[in-house]
Amino acid sequence: MKQSRTLLADKRDSVISFGIVIIAFVLVQILILTGNISSSLKGQLVPICAYIIMAVSLNLTVGILGELSLGHAGFMSVGAFSGIVATTSLAEAIPFAPLRLAVAMVIGGLCAAVAGVIVGVPVLRLKGDYLAIVTLAFGEIIKNIVGVLYVGVDGKGLHFGLIEQGFTLEEGGKMIINGPMGVSGVTKISTFTSGFVLILVTLFILLNLIHSRTGRAIMSVRDNQIAAESIGISVTRYKLLAFVISAAFAGMAGTLYAMNFSTVTAAKFDFNTSILILVFVVLGGLGNIWGSIIAAALLTVLPELLRAVNDYRMLIYAILLIVMMIFNNSGIKTRLLEKRAARKASKEGV
Amino acid sequence: MAMLEVTKLGISFGGLRAVDDLSMSIEKGGLVGLIGPNGAGKTTAFNMLTGVYRPTDGGIRLDGENLVGKKPHDICKLGVARTFQNIRLFPKLSVLDNVKVGLHNQVRYSLLESMLHLGSYRAKEQEMDRKALEILKVFDLDHEAYGLAANLPYGKQRKLEIARALATEPKLLLLDEPAAGMNPNETGELMETIGLVREKYGVTILLIEHDMKLVQGICEYLYVLNFGRLLAQGSPKEVLNDPAVIKAYLGD
Amino acid sequence: MTFLSYLINGISLGSVYAIIALGYTMVYGIAKMLNFAHGDVIMVGAYISFCTTSYLGLSPLVSVLLAIVVCTVLGIGIERLAYKPLRQAPALAVLITAIGVSYFLQNAALLIWGSSSKTFSSVVGDWSVKLFDGQLTITGVTIVTVLACVIIMVALTLFTTKTKMGTAMRAVSEDKGAAQLMGISVNGTISLTFAIGSGLAAIAGVLLCSAYPMLMPTTGSMPGIKAFTAAVFGGIGSIPGAMIGGILLGIIEIFAKAYISTQLSDAVVFAVLIVVLLVKPDGLLGKHKSEKV
Repeated sequence: MKQSRTLLADKRDSVISFGIVIIAFVLVQILILTGNISSSLKGQLVPICAYIIMAVSLNLTVGILGELSLGHAGFMSVGAFSGIVATTSLAEAIPFAPLRLAVAMVIGGLCAAVAGVIVGVPVLRLKGDYLAIVTLAFGEIIKNIVGVLYVGVDGKGLHFGLIEQGFTLEEGGKMIINGPMGVSGVTKISTFTSGFVLILVTLFILLNLIHSRTGRAIMSVRDNQIAAESIGISVTRYKLLAFVISAAFAGMAGTLYAMNFSTVTAAKFDFNTSILILVFVVLGGLGNIWGSIIAAALLTVLPELLRAVNDYRMLIYAILLIVMMIFNNSGIKTRLLEKRAARKASKEGV
Repeated sequence: MAMLEVTKLGISFGGLRAVDDLSMSIEKGGLVGLIGPNGAGKTTAFNMLTGVYRPTDGGIRLDGENLVGKKPHDICKLGVARTFQNIRLFPKLSVLDNVKVGLHNQVRYSLLESMLHLGSYRAKEQEMDRKALEILKVFDLDHEAYGLAANLPYGKQRKLEIARALATEPKLLLLDEPAAGMNPNETGELMETIGLVREKYGVTILLIEHDMKLVQGICEYLYVLNFGRLLAQGSPKEVLNDPAVIKAYLGD
Repeated sequence: MTFLSYLINGISLGSVYAIIALGYTMVYGIAKMLNFAHGDVIMVGAYISFCTTSYLGLSPLVSVLLAIVVCTVLGIGIERLAYKPLRQAPALAVLITAIGVSYFLQNAALLIWGSSSKTFSSVVGDWSVKLFDGQLTITGVTIVTVLACVIIMVALTLFTTKTKMGTAMRAVSEDKGAAQLMGISVNGTISLTFAIGSGLAAIAGVLLCSAYPMLMPTTGSMPGIKAFTAAVFGGIGSIPGAMIGGILLGIIEIFAKAYISTQLSDAVVFAVLIVVLLVKPDGLLGKHKSEKV
């Protein structure tokens, strides 16, 4: 049967996104095999994967749903710590590390989704800047609570506490999360390949979702809430759905990220991380999934590339950010494009 | 019993009584006009019928079912669809997708099928495409189906809004100034389309309009609002010759 | 008595938040943008004051005036260079640019002043008032901070309601297009707003560091976010709202630190904000704007 034009157009989007990721993966693998990659860049590979997933998932909230969230790192945090608890307590039950990581990611994603529901139900009634500030507030609350959380495991199972005193474990028990000290001695089981696979899974599900009845409903809420309601779309339902799915993937990215470091603290997932991810999304283009992928990868590598000018690199990064935003949005770009078009037209005229 | 029964509907915003004691009764298959000077409360009445505002008093029943207190999307599911005075399309979606969102509750598949594109996804999407294109064809928009809604010229945007509302398979279609901003040719064309829609889809229509040519041309019955209250009702001929109505429009 | 002293500390911290929040709220009212770099202007103000007293040996008052001048110029400069080209751009683009400016200021400060913290000596001096036979001590910084806050708030209210420029400011915040048609210079008014907001930020920076003497390139970041929260809390765009929001936030923070947990105090502050916004979605004194259908 002949495919409809929309189905084909949807495919083009997906092909570009998957293509970029797969080509990049192959290139990096070649670089690794031929020994042409610096060790600092090699250490960045898993974080880059995690940031790509963070950016793509935040794009669902900001670009597709059209609501500004400044607390995405909070869900990453929930995923990171629940993932750590999961891998530590499953260490014996599932000795095969990749499988354990996969299970931990699912658990991390689910916990972040629950956090997404808890945050989303009250928050999504608000609009615009108010929503932004409240997501920021929730991100900070999550950071603070995880920062005083004590979790340990012993023969009787998992133990949770919010204060250090009175927190005792049986003989042979093990502290997993140590309040403000966070977690140390994590067995690093995240690999570049696992990050790559998680990106593929994320892209598959999110791109499918966007190009479906559910995705259209979410975008209709973004474009005109009142009109969406008037044609039978439950605005609350689709706002929450998009927000929770976005949180779930952030959680999985958090697990991936955490399992790449031997020490993890709650302070890592603060407001600045949320902002960083938002920068990726905006620079990559709202609603543009492959744009998010490229922006996340490039901007994470950029400070590395600027290492030659070490002291000035963050300053240069800041200036580049401002210049790019102004160039993209102030009409300089449109004027340049118009000029080029006019030149072309006049040439053809002659 | 009539299909739409509005009884003593009223709403206050603070101290302002925007609509007061409005009763209407519309039979199935009817094409009824709601007219009145600017600020008379016509759009407010539409907003109450569609659940955007909750009336302070009075009742609304569609085929016997109470609509007061229901959410807009639930009212749509019960069979009321509308267009807006200031066009509200989904500008960043394609023309086709605008209509497909309207089909959201008509052609369904699960969230899992959405995320995995498995099961009935493909067949259902094709069904939606077919239905949407069919509706677009009625409005002569099928050639623009794949362009962005934002890029349509004004007149076509108005038509697309009606097409999108029709996709929800409503029993009652509310049109808020469908001919606003159109030239006489376009209005004439629109009149034909509204007639066609009514015939083809068997939908009952209530419309707000200032263009008296359109109102006289297609409406079978008119309600006139003035200062939030019902001033007159009856056939277009009676109503438009009623001195009270003329006075309301032209002033003293 | 400890309760009273916590309360006074809270009002003092809250007054600093209020001064910062006033800047936030004015800029938001006029330019409809969240100026994330506002917190970093505070830091710059504090550094200027620190340098002029420590290295140049100027008197505290002169150093504060210099800080105000530098921050005012900085504020206008930021607006002209970074925000003005984006008048027509989507809100998110402006937000990200503001974040870029914030990064820029922090990293520039890092290069100039280094990452180690400087110990700020109070511009107010080291005096205090003892009450109830010495059971309650109110420091000079506290008194000056609260006074400064009240004076600023009164002055700003008078300025926006009684002067021509203030009226222009309110007009621009209501409707830029209409204001322009009435012959008001929109760009000039926006510059003026940034100038006032940044000048206030300098005062806030000096007062903040007089009470909490650790000065680092990131010093302004958290108070900036808190003040932003305070502005939203009180109803963004409203001058008395910013004041009330700021002071309440300061009190809540100090009480949470004292009676609940130091580590969870920020969580408590933000939780209160969330509850307030859920009950009153436009903040305590904000005006409700609903969309016309």
